[in-house]
Amino acid sequence: MARKKRGAEAPTWPDEIYDVLRAVDVRQVAYVPDAGHSRLIAACADDPRMHTVSLTTEEEGVALLAGAWLGGQRGVLLMQSSGVGNCINMLGMIEECRFPLLALVTMRGEWGEFNPWQIPMGQGTAAALGAVGVITQRADEPGRVAETVVSAARLAFDGSRAVAVLIGQRVIGTKEFKK
Amino acid sequence: MSRAKGRSKDDDKAASKAARKARKRRAAGGAPMRRELVARLLARRGDALVVPGLGSSAWDVAAAGDHPLNFYTWGAMGGAAMIGLGLAIAQPERRVLVVTGDGEMLMGLGGLATIAVQRPTNLGILVLDNEHYGETGRQKTHTHHGVDIAGMAAAAGFADTMRVDAGDDADAALDLVLDAPGPVIACVKVAMSDDPLVLPERDGPRLKDRFRQALLGAVA
Repeated sequence: MARKKRGAEAPTWPDEIYDVLRAVDVRQVAYVPDAGHSRLIAACADDPRMHTVSLTTEEEGVALLAGAWLGGQRGVLLMQSSGVGNCINMLGMIEECRFPLLALVTMRGEWGEFNPWQIPMGQGTAAALGAVGVITQRADEPGRVAETVVSAARLAFDGSRAVAVLIGQRVIGTKEFKK
Repeated sequence: MSRAKGRSKDDDKAASKAARKARKRRAAGGAPMRRELVARLLARRGDALVVPGLGSSAWDVAAAGDHPLNFYTWGAMGGAAMIGLGLAIAQPERRVLVVTGDGEMLMGLGGLATIAVQRPTNLGILVLDNEHYGETGRQKTHTHHGVDIAGMAAAAGFADTMRVDAGDDADAALDLVLDAPGPVIACVKVAMSDDPLVLPERDGPRLKDRFRQALLGAVA
């Protein structure tokens, strides 16, 4: 799927994710910006019940959400696959302490990737997360994203597990650079 | 005091000269002992929530007396201040105290920028700066060479920051961290010391669950 042109119909899956996050009472939304998450980030920022936290690097978000849970709030970490590698040691705390963690990862480096530097981390994302005990669930069709986030949120908050939803690059659209 | 211009070689020389002077003062006995400083901080904790960074800082907090509202870290290096931020956002009515070392804080410098942007008024960070990685063979950290963590936090936009050198009044740092509108950070130069190991609970789920039960009661 090519990137939507201006004026084309916007995808609905980011709005559906927002509805799920509201329904499961997510209060802290930590993110390193990603184009695939931009619509969701904007929706969360507009919601007075949600506290959005822009990070300098993704591992900050892992620590932040551990603190949020200690303080009685649920959170979500939004990032791109390249950010997963930045989180690995911090995720060791999540696994050891059985903190719930919900991460929504927009994938790069897999479906028609233009930038070769995205490919190593994109191809290694699931294995890297698995290596530190994070469960991964894939969503490769726009119509399946919301239900996958519902599933992941249950595993995370009811099952006290770290869960990452990997939103396929096919869903987001291949990034194109225009000259 | 912060400087906006780039550092010259002369600046570096001046910085290392100042660092040498400060070390001399500490060697002469002017720097506080970390155990005693942390004990004095925690004696005044009230209902504060406490996040110690890994290593010596955690042992210092444990030595002051165990408390269910201490979330000791045994890893997650560089994450203590950010755990404190998540906690401070979730519990805006409670004071959150992060007690950590210079090495741990240096690994999470980006977090100072994130915290400054969030401006949690209830977050205080105390950095126990002995200028060394105390747990791994006492290698020098960047603060030994003049890197000023409080200055970096000031440049990021913290509400108030303090660097306490040997001979300065360390009680002012405790007042700042405990009571001043946050986010605040005090970096206190402490003596290199050989304190007895006081190891806290290290089972992660137990630390997390007892903290939540003490804070949130039945809903946890």
